Amino acid sequence: MFATRAVNSIVAQNVARTALFKNASAVPTGIRAFRATPSTMEQSPDAESELLRQQRLVRPKSPHLTIYQPQLTWLMSGFHRITGCAVGAGFYVGALSYLALPALGYNFDTSAIVASVASLPVVAKVGIKTTVAFPFVFHCLNGVRHLIWDTGRFLTVDGVYKTGYAVLGSSAAITLYLASL
Amino acid sequence: MSVSLMSAAIRPALRKQVFAPVASMARSFNTSAPTHMASTNPSPPDNTPAKKEPMYKTFEIYRWNPDTPAEKPTLQEYKVDLNACGPMILDALIKIKNEMDPTLTFRRSCREGICGSCAMNIEGGNTLACLARIDRNVSKPVKIYPLPNMHIVKDLVPDLTNFYKQYKSIEPYLKQKTGPPEGKENLQSIEDRKKLDGLYECILCACCSTSCPSYWWNQDEYLGPAVLMQAYRWMADSRDQFGRERRDKLQDKYSIYRCHTIMNCAKTCPKGLNPGRAIAQIKKDMAFD
Repeated sequence: MFATRAVNSIVAQNVARTALFKNASAVPTGIRAFRATPSTMEQSPDAESELLRQQRLVRPKSPHLTIYQPQLTWLMSGFHRITGCAVGAGFYVGALSYLALPALGYNFDTSAIVASVASLPVVAKVGIKTTVAFPFVFHCLNGVRHLIWDTGRFLTVDGVYKTGYAVLGSSAAITLYLASL
Repeated sequence: MSVSLMSAAIRPALRKQVFAPVASMARSFNTSAPTHMASTNPSPPDNTPAKKEPMYKTFEIYRWNPDTPAEKPTLQEYKVDLNACGPMILDALIKIKNEMDPTLTFRRSCREGICGSCAMNIEGGNTLACLARIDRNVSKPVKIYPLPNMHIVKDLVPDLTNFYKQYKSIEPYLKQKTGPPEGKENLQSIEDRKKLDGLYECILCACCSTSCPSYWWNQDEYLGPAVLMQAYRWMADSRDQFGRERRDKLQDKYSIYRCHTIMNCAKTCPKGLNPGRAIAQIKKDMAFD
């Protein structure tokens, strides 16, 4: 059986090039049937990748952010990005309104801001200062942590956690100091 | 032409006959029948002490069947008696497959943390099921998901085609401009060999890459920690002469610079390696190139 198959496949490959079996009765009668593979059974890298492509369309993506264990590593990284966006947006909104609002007829200059903040109760003052100071301080200190990493230092799991707690602790302390001003 | 054609045709048949007895002999030496491949519990001898009380722990396992693609993936619960099961998560998975639900699908091979097949998300962290102990606290169920944010082939089996393609793209083999001196062998000093420690042990289980949020969001362009650490493994090799070219290939917005030093990779690596540091080293070398 294996011998037949080997002959068949070789004949199949060479049938166009060789005249060996052209007129010979030695050609096994099964050859045509053997070659007539239905097109659905085609096995080639292209056909395979087509099947894979079709399968991929229905494959679900496994869950990620929602199931991954909360770890200091990626939580601090995410928070770094969020605080960066928030501080940046706050800066642009503040600066642009400082420029644009007086032109539009609103009173938004330094003396007006100082006066309106001074009239707030103490709780609101401390609250606003904390919410403004913490993202800023955290982002600054964590940025320094990233700069230290870029020199190749503290890039171990132990180092990442130690510097992480140091950043969290010192941002809390500095925030408290800024809020008490 | 005809002679060579005929002999080529006959040779496989001959080979088959000559080696058939050898093959059957080899089979008779092989003690593990295919049906026992997934077994961890050989039947205990008769003089074993009295059985312990069953201690059932709940396993919640991610299921998705490609035969019914419209159905959403679900978590299926299994209760496993820990006193009749091996200590590792993989033992429990094999027990579930053998005794409760043969349709549960997962990859596994060596059961000793060297093949990297059974990488999955266990209790929220990526690790190898064969190296993760089952928590004996039965009040809490253990959740098992496939590697995060991957296309799922079935149940716990992710499609790693892209991961392997990326690995191939960094040309993970020795490349030289001039051959070895005197055409003999590539010598390496003990110090230079030491530079590869912590890099060559990677088993490409994809735990780190699939733990990386950057890789979740930019899987097509960012190479991911596992592949980048292997890229560095060849840059760091004193015998390789294409370090500069290897680095130049990474010089774009995505390939390496999507790494934001999140360090989930080092935290999760079941082999205790540190892809994050290797990537930082590549960035540093690229800055000084």
